[in-house]
Amino acid sequence: MGAYVLNGVEIPHDEEGYITDLGNWSKELAVLIAKDENIEMTDEHWEVVNFLREYYEEYQIAPAIRVLVKAIKKSLGKEKGNNKYLYELFPYGPAKQACKIAGLPKPTGCV
Amino acid sequence: MASEADKPEAEGAEGGGAEVTKKFLYVNRKAPYGTIYALESLEVVLIGAAFEQDVSLAFLDDGVYQLTKNQDTKGIGVKNFSPTYKALGDYEVTKLYVEKESLAERGLTEADLMEITYEDEDDDWAEKPSIRVVSREEMAEIMAEQDVILSF
Repeated sequence: MGAYVLNGVEIPHDEEGYITDLGNWSKELAVLIAKDENIEMTDEHWEVVNFLREYYEEYQIAPAIRVLVKAIKKSLGKEKGNNKYLYELFPYGPAKQACKIAGLPKPTGCV
Repeated sequence: MASEADKPEAEGAEGGGAEVTKKFLYVNRKAPYGTIYALESLEVVLIGAAFEQDVSLAFLDDGVYQLTKNQDTKGIGVKNFSPTYKALGDYEVTKLYVEKESLAERGLTEADLMEITYEDEDDDWAEKPSIRVVSREEMAEIMAEQDVILSF
């Protein structure tokens, strides 16, 4: 257990770094979590993070990686909806890492 | 249980590959809240979907309440997970059998259930309904066809 510190405020996370209260998320926090993961947020990163947040909003789950790939292919095209592109953005697993940055729980069914 | 003639072969029909697809049925009999069964079942389905088996879900008894629309859990302080059933199509889980008698015994009809659809890859991604209301007799046949049944 630990916490991210953003502008002097502690935001608790679980042992893997996922924030425990989804209501605490902000874009600033996302940048901070990303830095912790050695990721510099670009427009391409945001596109995936925003996509995940919308998916969660609609279905109340963080999608498994293959579902994420398929859904991104459908809405953003096949140049982006593939494992290679997503792993380049999020080298330690697009679903896991992007979900963490997006302030969502760990994806259900993600190995 | 002597059915007509068209019982599909579970194995071998695909041309002898090493992989065997089994028919899995998840049976849901409990109301969505009050116990953890409904949510646990749904999570197992989502996780199990990665193994690409032939998955169906059955809803009977109070389990039919899991699919009712306009669920509101504010008063009981738990998460309303009913929108997640709509993601099942993304996980290629496209057969949600609901027993007609169980609906009727609770004063419900298909119109009280959420609209849950999937996109049919083999039909130009046409949107099709995932919920299929079946009679008790049909449900018994569906169960008889399965290789694995998991009860929740």
